[in-house]
Amino acid sequence: MENFILKMDNIQKEYFGNKVLKGVKLHVAPGEIHALMGENGAGKSTLMNILFGMPVIHNTGGFEGTIEFNGEIVTIDNPQKAMELGIGMVHQEFMLIPGFTVTENIKLGREISTPTVASGVFGKSLEKLDKETMASDTRKALDTIGLDVEEQAMVGGMPVGYMQFIEIAREIDKSDMKLLIFDEPTAVLTESEAERLLETMQSLAAKGIAIVFITHRIDEVIQVTNSMTVLRDGQFVEHLQTKDTTAAEIAQLMVGRKVEKLVDDDGEDTRNIKADDIVLSLKDFHVDMPGEKVKGIDLDIRRGEVFGIGGLAGQGKVGVPNGILGLFPSAGEIVFDGEKIDTTKLGDALKKHIAFVSEDRRGVGLLLEESIQNNITFTAMQIDDKFLKKYGPIRLYDNKKARAHALEMIKQLDIRCTGPDQLAGRLSGGNQQKVCLARALTMNPKLLIVSEPTRGIDIGAKKLVLELLAKMNREEGMTVIMVSSELNELRSLCDRIAIVSDGKLTGIFTPDASDAEYGMAMSGAKGGNE
Amino acid sequence: MNNKTMNSLKKAIFDNKVIVMFVILCAACIIISGTSVSYIATEVFTRFGRNTCLVLALIIPCMAGLGMNFGIVVGAIAAQIAVFFVVHWGFTGINGLLLCVLMCTPMALFFGWLLGKMFNATKGAEMIAGLVLGFFADGLYRLFVLYILGGVIPFDDPNLLPRGFGLRNAFDLTGSLKYALDDISFATVLMVLGAILVVVAFVNFLYGKKVGQEMSVKEFVKKLITGVVVIVASVVIKVVLGLNVLFGGTRLILTDVALFGGIGAIAYAVIQFVLKRPKKGEKLFGNLIKIAVVGALLLVGTMIPAVREVYQSVRIAACTYGIIVFFCMFNNWLTNTRLGQNMRTVGQNRAVATSAGIDVDKTRIIATCISTVLAAWGQLIFLQNLGTFNTVQQQSNVGLYAVAAILVGGATVQKASNKHAVVGVILFHTLFVVAPLAATKLAGDSAISEYIRMFISYGVIAVSLAMHAWKSVKPISGERKEAEGRTTWGIFPCGSGKG
Repeated sequence: MENFILKMDNIQKEYFGNKVLKGVKLHVAPGEIHALMGENGAGKSTLMNILFGMPVIHNTGGFEGTIEFNGEIVTIDNPQKAMELGIGMVHQEFMLIPGFTVTENIKLGREISTPTVASGVFGKSLEKLDKETMASDTRKALDTIGLDVEEQAMVGGMPVGYMQFIEIAREIDKSDMKLLIFDEPTAVLTESEAERLLETMQSLAAKGIAIVFITHRIDEVIQVTNSMTVLRDGQFVEHLQTKDTTAAEIAQLMVGRKVEKLVDDDGEDTRNIKADDIVLSLKDFHVDMPGEKVKGIDLDIRRGEVFGIGGLAGQGKVGVPNGILGLFPSAGEIVFDGEKIDTTKLGDALKKHIAFVSEDRRGVGLLLEESIQNNITFTAMQIDDKFLKKYGPIRLYDNKKARAHALEMIKQLDIRCTGPDQLAGRLSGGNQQKVCLARALTMNPKLLIVSEPTRGIDIGAKKLVLELLAKMNREEGMTVIMVSSELNELRSLCDRIAIVSDGKLTGIFTPDASDAEYGMAMSGAKGGNE
Repeated sequence: MNNKTMNSLKKAIFDNKVIVMFVILCAACIIISGTSVSYIATEVFTRFGRNTCLVLALIIPCMAGLGMNFGIVVGAIAAQIAVFFVVHWGFTGINGLLLCVLMCTPMALFFGWLLGKMFNATKGAEMIAGLVLGFFADGLYRLFVLYILGGVIPFDDPNLLPRGFGLRNAFDLTGSLKYALDDISFATVLMVLGAILVVVAFVNFLYGKKVGQEMSVKEFVKKLITGVVVIVASVVIKVVLGLNVLFGGTRLILTDVALFGGIGAIAYAVIQFVLKRPKKGEKLFGNLIKIAVVGALLLVGTMIPAVREVYQSVRIAACTYGIIVFFCMFNNWLTNTRLGQNMRTVGQNRAVATSAGIDVDKTRIIATCISTVLAAWGQLIFLQNLGTFNTVQQQSNVGLYAVAAILVGGATVQKASNKHAVVGVILFHTLFVVAPLAATKLAGDSAISEYIRMFISYGVIAVSLAMHAWKSVKPISGERKEAEGRTTWGIFPCGSGKG
């Protein structure tokens, strides 16, 4: 029987009927660095929120399963309790207050204070702060991790790397720390900072503190961890010793699903795709999208093909379409059909008939409080002056024409609804996605970009959406760019698949390339068989 | 070098642009109205004593991230209800006022708790919620004083309720609570202060032993002696004839305050210099220099005839001013406690506070309660100075005036301090005094002055909020702003969709 500091067993969690954790286990030994791996949405954050007793868990009906910490079964129902047990968390979003000094931030909620007359009467909260002891404690914690900043300096305006280390100093300052959770700590750091952080983690582990390390960067996992747990879709996949595995295997475990045919593509492929007939070309393309930065990509999309863009979450694949459409600031050159697209002008891409179905369906994709009909027609109305009657300078909405078109689309795409007047927000995820597609198709696009088209919709609807895309491409000759984190989906539909890692292109593959090749590319190694 | 000073000057002006603008506005109004400075000074000093405590009540909720607490109206209501009963029962002077404090504090705590509950239910919209709740409370209060009092609750007092129910419209405090606080002499204030020091020293000494925070005998004796010295000083002032005339009366003349204050400040600075020997560049060094300069300016003022004339016309109520200082000290002290730190954290970021184990809702309720109690006390001070007030609507504009004043002083919805309150009260009330006069002069019609007052208070809030908004938008560069604008546009690419 191995000795574990933390044993979480058979953890199950539902959010509003949506099961996000399906019997997950996590075992961590004292003094080891344990990686928790999985794609976005795999359930890592939920699992850590459970361990940390965050209110978001207990406000939504709690969870099932057992947590054993330091040999005892514990119930952790608030963050305070977790802290008392000796569990610390270095958050992904910094839990730092910019308007406070380093000391105030490190001692947040744990201020040292001395009794006063008032505190004798009204209780501990009126004790006076002992700023000197707080400062000297802070100095000690900062020295432990080797961060050279003034303890009275304001945190606001410091480099991001410093903030990360201040977060760590805060956890170290807590006495009797036994388990430290690092939630994607290196995502925002420069290379040298990340290197320093990994060293710090190792020195902490050497002191006997167990570390749970959440990251997408497989090379870091190989470099510093002792063991790992892999999750996928809320399910436990594997508990592995790092020395027994390889980067490719990890990547495969994270994303790889058994290949099943998602699209019934019986029709003969009559398309004629020429390698030199380029419809869209990106040159040194950068996008400043928070969390999905694109750092210089060159791509040529051929007319008439279905082009896939894949990669792990947060690596920049989603930034590409958002940059082209001008939703986030971008740099570099975009040439579409021989014309340059000016991304500083909003709607320029739309005007040139590039349609976009956003990954953020409920936020960007739909007007939830408007009818299906309005959702389908509004972009075309704005861009192409469709569905408008002109009376001199006045233009009025042509309800009759729009209604006819909406009904046609509902029929064509099989949108299950009570009619074109139903509010888009009331539809199921799959039908909402079809409304988004209907709106894109209403523009008669020359190029259709779909981003995460099957996110959050069930398997039946998934198939319908993908088949629709295939049909548009095969029958109408529409060029499609599909951005997705589901490799299987890309492989079943695309002609070529580009993998983006750390904002850069690591390779372009044919759909039949092996899992291992894709795995390597996703973990950052250059490759490609195209 | 010259360029650098220019830049820092420009920055200083930009950072304090709200204050600068209102100083210019005040100066312009003074010049246009042609009022004598003595008159303005007298008015402003009176209004300062009357209003500042109410404004200081806004600082703690602002610290806890509740914005400008328009809800202090409920504190004022608590104070007014207490006043009705105390006057009815026939208590007068300082005893009556203390009874008011005793009565209105639990009421204010209860109202504050309700207010805090509501603020927690309307996170992010506290200001508008407070404003509307102020109107609502106003209505309930009117129902109470016009019908319930005497109508439902038996309250037999033909003087206050001429019809048997419903308080009379104008409530006169002359002979009961008027000047109850203002009339306390400086000597008495000193004596009470000394007594408090002695009691605190004893409590600290005895209680300190219990919790292991022992106070050394030496320290105890030192504090005890300070207290005793203060008491002795107060007795001396009362007995010695010359001092008695200067400091024993109901009001202090500003000339005397300036003279003795100036000497005292310089003496303090010199003694500190000799004892602590701060080096140039240290914080203490700069502070002492500032104290000495202010002292010297006060002294010089007494020697210039024109200034002396102004000084001579201003009377200061020692106890009221003492309580303003106490309020300021209370705000500062609270900031340095665990509770104050929690409030600041909650004010900065609620999510971070929660993850640090701070009970956000409770902290916000405590902040609201403290604010409401301070507002109730502030309203008592206001009423005893005013002497007569409108039963039905005296409380209505309390929140509005207080918020306008603190905003003029350079406070923002996110950040307010004692300094903002003090500067704001001075500027706002100067404007309040001179703007109607200037308008009358320009229009040749005195009917305009009431209109101008209302216009000022709302106008001030709008203008200062807009100017602060300008400040916080500034750091974003043009390019970035454009990008953000586009993003928002991209989310809502069409209008109503109906053409």
